[in-house]
Amino acid sequence: MNMMTEAAVEKALDQRMNDLSYKMIGKDVSVYYGEKRALFDVNLNVRQNTVTALIGPSGCGKSTFLRTLNRMNDTIDNCRVTGRITLDGDDIYDPSIDVVELRARVGMVFQKPNPFPKSIYENISYGPRIHGLARSKADMDQIVEASLQRAGLWNEVKDRLQESGTGLSGGQQQRLCIARAIAVSPEVILMDEPCSALDPIATAKVEELIHELRSNYTIVIVTHSMQQAARVSQRTAMFHLGQLVEENDTDKMFTNPDDQRTQDYIMGRFG
Amino acid sequence: MSSHIMSAFDEELKYLNRRISEMGGLAEQMCADAVHALVNGDSALAQKVISDDVILDNAEREIQEKAIVTIAKRQPMAADLREIIGTLRIAADLERVGDLGKNNAKRVIAVQGTGVPRKLARGLEHLSELSLVQLKEVLDVFANRSAQKAEAIRQRDEEIDAMYTSLFRELLTYMMEDPRNITTCTHLLFCAKNIERIGDHATNIAETIYYIATGAQPQGERPKDDSSNTLGAVVE
Repeated sequence: MNMMTEAAVEKALDQRMNDLSYKMIGKDVSVYYGEKRALFDVNLNVRQNTVTALIGPSGCGKSTFLRTLNRMNDTIDNCRVTGRITLDGDDIYDPSIDVVELRARVGMVFQKPNPFPKSIYENISYGPRIHGLARSKADMDQIVEASLQRAGLWNEVKDRLQESGTGLSGGQQQRLCIARAIAVSPEVILMDEPCSALDPIATAKVEELIHELRSNYTIVIVTHSMQQAARVSQRTAMFHLGQLVEENDTDKMFTNPDDQRTQDYIMGRFG
Repeated sequence: MSSHIMSAFDEELKYLNRRISEMGGLAEQMCADAVHALVNGDSALAQKVISDDVILDNAEREIQEKAIVTIAKRQPMAADLREIIGTLRIAADLERVGDLGKNNAKRVIAVQGTGVPRKLARGLEHLSELSLVQLKEVLDVFANRSAQKAEAIRQRDEEIDAMYTSLFRELLTYMMEDPRNITTCTHLLFCAKNIERIGDHATNIAETIYYIATGAQPQGERPKDDSSNTLGAVVE
């Protein structure tokens, strides 16, 4: 009798732990652009310290879903989001949420590297400065160095921190943008096709970086490259026509997916 | 399954499938010929089997090269990946089957002096038929990718094992009857073992096909009925 209770308690605890390991939870998420519905009741949870890849053909809603996670859709006039998205259990669409604060916690890296037309140093220091994360110049120097170190860019740029960020190569610019994103100590990093404008070497460097960042951050990445999704992620979600078709362990997804549409898409067959 | 958007990829997979079928056909023929040569003392036919093995070896190498290039070029996923990896494994199994046939053919000369006693010849032929039916059917299943049929073939290896055990016992009896039979019987024992192994390779292929079709390994142990390893043991 006592044993039973103990087992039941343990099970409840496990369940609780499981719930806690979801950094973000999306429930019945739908997105409308004016009359047009782009997402249909998507239920997708993002696990803590995990790389989740979103894949699917163009226009399937994967980027739309990604952008709901830090309310980037707010900037689009006729865009409407329904359903519930939580970050550590808090509804991010709640009116009391400060969107600037939210985006510091859920950072974003875009398809095209978009450094500010400022020095490398200022590219990194801008975020920490507006969020008041550094108390002194030495503090700020430390944040800039640590961010660039983490992004694997420090050795390449340490002697030219005052040069313009736009003068770097494409791959370096993208790693600069990642360094900029992590400078404000986010909890989640969203990446929208971060390597599609990069050559294979720069891509490999960014992928290596994603792999390392995983221990400290939760990462959601949209990618058109199936191989990239297979290489960097632990969980993969497949979107099609605005619906979440399948979410699975990446290893299973690319060897033996459950859904026929996933199968056809990843194998490059006619649907 | 629907076609690939890149039709050249379909062509590459078709090529691999075709080569496997060719290899299967040749391996089957070699094994049948070897047993035929053995029981009829036909050394010319045995020689043909021995020289055919080179063709099979080359075919395996070509399949391997093509598969590696295809993986590098197409970076196949899911069922495509399983199919190409499966093709590699099946090619290796068929190459081994060819070797076993060749080994039987090589023994033709050794047993030519005494000839193969009619009764043993029938046993060998029967064992060989069973193995080759397995091989033939598994190759048919490879063409239509039925996991169900692959599983059924896997279940049938038992029959070959049982037949092999009875042949083993028979050969022992012959040797005990007259020591002059030992040379021939020892060779025939190896031949029987080779033939039994052909059945094992057919079973391997069935398991590979099951994996290609479903992405999972067949459940449970293979059914076995080979008790020759304890035959003749002194029971107290």
